Formats: sequence, structure tokens, C-alpha cells
Amino acid sequence: MESTEAIEGNQREGDILLVLRHAPHGSSWLREGLDIALVGAAFDRKVSLLFMGEGVLALLSGQTSGALGQKGTHPTLQMLEMYDVDALYAESAAMSRFAVAEADLLLTPERVGETAIADLLKHHDLVLTF
Amino acid sequence: MEQWSPDVARSLAAEESISLENDHWAVIEVLRDFYRQYEMAPAMRPLVKAVGKALGPEKGRSIYLMRLFPGSPAKVAARLAGLPKPANCL
Repeated sequence: MESTEAIEGNQREGDILLVLRHAPHGSSWLREGLDIALVGAAFDRKVSLLFMGEGVLALLSGQTSGALGQKGTHPTLQMLEMYDVDALYAESAAMSRFAVAEADLLLTPERVGETAIADLLKHHDLVLTF
Repeated sequence: MEQWSPDVARSLAAEESISLENDHWAVIEVLRDFYRQYEMAPAMRPLVKAVGKALGPEKGRSIYLMRLFPGSPAKVAARLAGLPKPANCL
């Protein structure tokens, strides 16, 4: 289900949109991005996450920790709720491209299409891409 | 995490001039559960939320934690619980 509604109206000054575009393993982009989400939330900013491109793979359930005892990103994703980070969006086209179904996901992001993504970008003061 | 024992907590608490009562132990247990689940020590806000969930809303308040662990509750309590320093703690 793509949301066609404009995402606006409840945004505050200083709200942060984090765009996560990397898969969980192979680089630390995802982890760095999630760290920023936690920092923002700890400073009482409203933080929204947009999973785009390979980033949607971060949401797949059933992953474990990385090689050499690296921590996985799943515990952090599950912890977001405790930091009141609950505005989660996933690029609809990427979910289709990677054949990722809602049922495969750990969290329940809202599926967004191009228009909704443009709205998200437009209505956030600070957009950080990882 | 495994090397921790209540005795460790007691001697660390002595350094902070805190004597550990039941209320302290309850929060320490909440912290250790949090770390087991999320692999990270919580900053103040999620700690308050976790304590509220586990021990009831009247304890899930920063003033309650400030009284038990004066100074910076998230930092002090995490130390006593044998966890790493909370990463995003103010």
C-alpha cells in the first residue's frame, strides 16, 4: 500500500530525517546512521527514518550479528522504540525491487512512493543521508 | 557482562558513596535486561521508559532515578550494572 497522503502538518522545527541507503553488512553506513538517530532522539529531536534502496534490506527479520562478533543492527532497530523513534518509512519501489514483503520485516514502516518521499524531504529541516 | 557480580556493584557503589537497597537493585536488573535485549546501555530517556515499563509508572521518572543514582543516573547506574558507558548520554 503506497501512502499518497502528503506528509506534513505535524512537523516541528529541528526535525531530522535520516535517509538510510545501505544494507546492514559490508559497511558501517547503516550503523552510523542509526547512531545519529539515537543521538538526535537523546537530544529530544523528532527523528524519522527513511529506508531507501538497499537500505530496505536492513529491515529484513532473521538476521544475526556480523563476523568476528560484530554487533548486528537488529537490536538497535528494535531499540528505536525505546527512544521514541517511531516514524519509519520504506521506499516502496525498493521493496518491490528486492522482493521484500511486509511480512518479512522486523518493524512496520510505512511504504512510501516518489511523491511521499519528495514530501518527506521537503518537510524536514535537516535531512541526513547515510 | 558475565564478569559482573553483585559484589562488583557493591564495591563500585561504595566509590560513589551509594549504598545499594532493593530499589537500586531493581533498576540495575532493568539495565541488565535492557542490555541483553538491545546490546547497548540506554541514555536517560529510554532508561526512564524501560524503568517505567518494568517497575511501574511511578518509578519511571527521572526524579526517582536522580534520587537513587545522583549525578547522571544513566551513567552511574550503567557503571554499577557492569555495562559500557551509554553512548549518547548527555
